[in-house]
Amino acid sequence: MSASVPALEIINLKKFFGGLPATQDVNLQVMPGERRLIIGPNGAGKTTLFNQITGDFLPTSGQIKLFGADITRLKPHERAHMGLSRTYQIITLFAKDTLVHNVTLGLLGLSPARWNLFKPLDHYQEMEVEARRVLGLVGLGAMADRLVSEIAYGQKRRVEIAMAMAQKPKLLLLDEPLAGLSAEERTTIKELIAAIPRETTLVMIEHDMDTALDLAETVTLLHYGKVIVDGQRDAVIADEKTREVYLGH
Amino acid sequence: MKRISGVVFLALLCVFPLFAGDFYINLASQILIAAIFAMSLNLLVGYGGLTSLGHASFLGFAAYASAWSTTHMGLGVGTAAVVAILATMVMAGLFGMIALRATGLGFLMITLALSQVLWGLAYRWVAVTNGDNGMSGLVRPAPFGISLDSGANYYWFTLVVFVVSYWLMAIFVSSAFGSALRGTRDQARRMSALGHDVWMIRWITFIYAGFWGAVSGLLYVYYTKYIHPSSLSITASAEGLLSVIAGGSGTLGGPVVGAALLIILKNYASAYVERWNMLLGFVFLFIVLVLPEGIVPGLKRIFSRRQGGQS
Repeated sequence: MSASVPALEIINLKKFFGGLPATQDVNLQVMPGERRLIIGPNGAGKTTLFNQITGDFLPTSGQIKLFGADITRLKPHERAHMGLSRTYQIITLFAKDTLVHNVTLGLLGLSPARWNLFKPLDHYQEMEVEARRVLGLVGLGAMADRLVSEIAYGQKRRVEIAMAMAQKPKLLLLDEPLAGLSAEERTTIKELIAAIPRETTLVMIEHDMDTALDLAETVTLLHYGKVIVDGQRDAVIADEKTREVYLGH
Repeated sequence: MKRISGVVFLALLCVFPLFAGDFYINLASQILIAAIFAMSLNLLVGYGGLTSLGHASFLGFAAYASAWSTTHMGLGVGTAAVVAILATMVMAGLFGMIALRATGLGFLMITLALSQVLWGLAYRWVAVTNGDNGMSGLVRPAPFGISLDSGANYYWFTLVVFVVSYWLMAIFVSSAFGSALRGTRDQARRMSALGHDVWMIRWITFIYAGFWGAVSGLLYVYYTKYIHPSSLSITASAEGLLSVIAGGSGTLGGPVVGAALLIILKNYASAYVERWNMLLGFVFLFIVLVLPEGIVPGLKRIFSRRQGGQS
C-alpha cells in the first residue's frame, strides 16, 4: 500500500433524515498515521458522520473509502474485518461480564474461533493472555477479573479504548473519549491516546478543545453537517470561521 | 462439590425406575422430554435474547415428519429420525430467515405466525396429517435390538438423550460462539462493530435450537406413539416459554426445573384439582412475584444471601 492512498476518504457524502440534512456534501481525506480531530457544535453531525463510516447508517449518497477500498455499502462487521474500529460516546460495554471477557469479545470478533460451537471460550488461552496484556496497557491489569458494572466511569472509558486497541485497528474512530471525565482522568486517557502506535490512524470527535487539540495534527470543523474548515491544526484554529462557529468570539 | 452432587443426582435418575411405579416413570420421561424442549428454546430466549412464541413448530414438525415418513414412505424409525431432524433444520433455516428480520416483539409475532401456519396445515391438510384425528399406530425405535416398549426402558432411553442434550447445550453456551451469542443479546450494535456478524450468529442459533427442538419432538412422538395438531399449537409453544421463564432463562438448570414443574402440575395436580389450569396460573404468578428472575437464579440469590449472613 503506497503512502499516498488515504486511510479514510469521504467523497460527496450526503445523509438526510427525512427532509433534514445531517451530512451535506462532506469531503474528507485522512492520511495513514494521521491524528485528526473533528470538532463542531452540538448537532453538527459529527457522530452521524462516524455512524456512516462504521456502517450503522447508510448514507443517502456519496462514497466512503477505507485504504482505497469502497466500503460505502458494507455491513459494520465487514468493515471491522478491514481494520476499522471505534469507541462510543455513550459507554457500550458488556456490563455483566468481566473486563477480560469484554476485551476478549473484541479479539474474538476478528478470530475464526467465533464460529466454534464446541470449544469453550476460556480454552482459547492466547486470546485471554492478549486481553490481559492490553488491559495492562491501559492500567487495568489488576482489575481484569472484575465485572464492568463494578468499576468506575473513568475506568469504563479505558475499557472502551482497550477493546478497540486490542483489535489493532488500522483506523480507529474515537467518539468523545474524554466525555464526562475529571481533569485527572482526562490526562490519563490523553496519555493513552497519545501512546497509540502510528500504524493506527486516529479520527477523534471531542468537545474538550484544550485537551484534544494537543493530540491532533489536523482538524476538521463541521457545522450543520458541512465541512466549514479543514486543514492543519494551527491554521484551522486561526481561521476566522472557526472562531465564528465554534469558539464564539 | 457441585460435580459430586451432579453425579449423585444422575445416579438417582438412573436407578429411579427400579423403585418407582409406572405412573411416575412415565411422568419422569415426560419431564425429560419437556426439559429438552425448554432447554432448546432457552438457547434463543435466554442466551440470544430472542423470545419466540413458536417453538412448538420444531417439536411438532419433527414429530409429524417422523410419523409421516414411517407410515407413508415406509422408512425405518431410525432413518425417519434422521430425515425428520434434517427436515426440521431446513425449516428452521427458512423460518429463521423470515423471523430474524426483526427482534423483540416483531420476532415474537413472526414466530407465532409461522407456527400458526403449521398448526393450520396440520389441521387442514388431512391427506398428509390425517387432520384432527391425528396420526396413530406409530412405533418406538429399537436401538441395538432393545425394545423400548416398556416404560422403564423408554425412560432410560430418554435419559441418555437428555444427558447428551444437556451436555452439548452446556458446551454450546460456554463456547466461543455461545459467548458471542450472549454478546449479541447484551450489545448487538457493539458486537457488529467488533466484527461479529450478528445476524448470522442469531440464524445459526435458531437452527441449532431447531435441531434440539426436533430431538424433543422425536422423543415426544415415540413416547405418545401418536401425534395430533395440538402439539403445534400456541399452547404448546407457550408452555415451553413458561417453563423457561419460570425456571430461569439464560441458565442451564432453569428450563429443566421449569419443565418439571409444568409437567408435574399438568399431570399430577390435574388428578386432584379439576381446574388445574388455574392452579398453574397461580403457581406462575407466585414465581413471577417472588422470584422474578426464575426459580433457579432466584433460589441461588436467596441461598447465597443466607450464607453471606452467616459468615
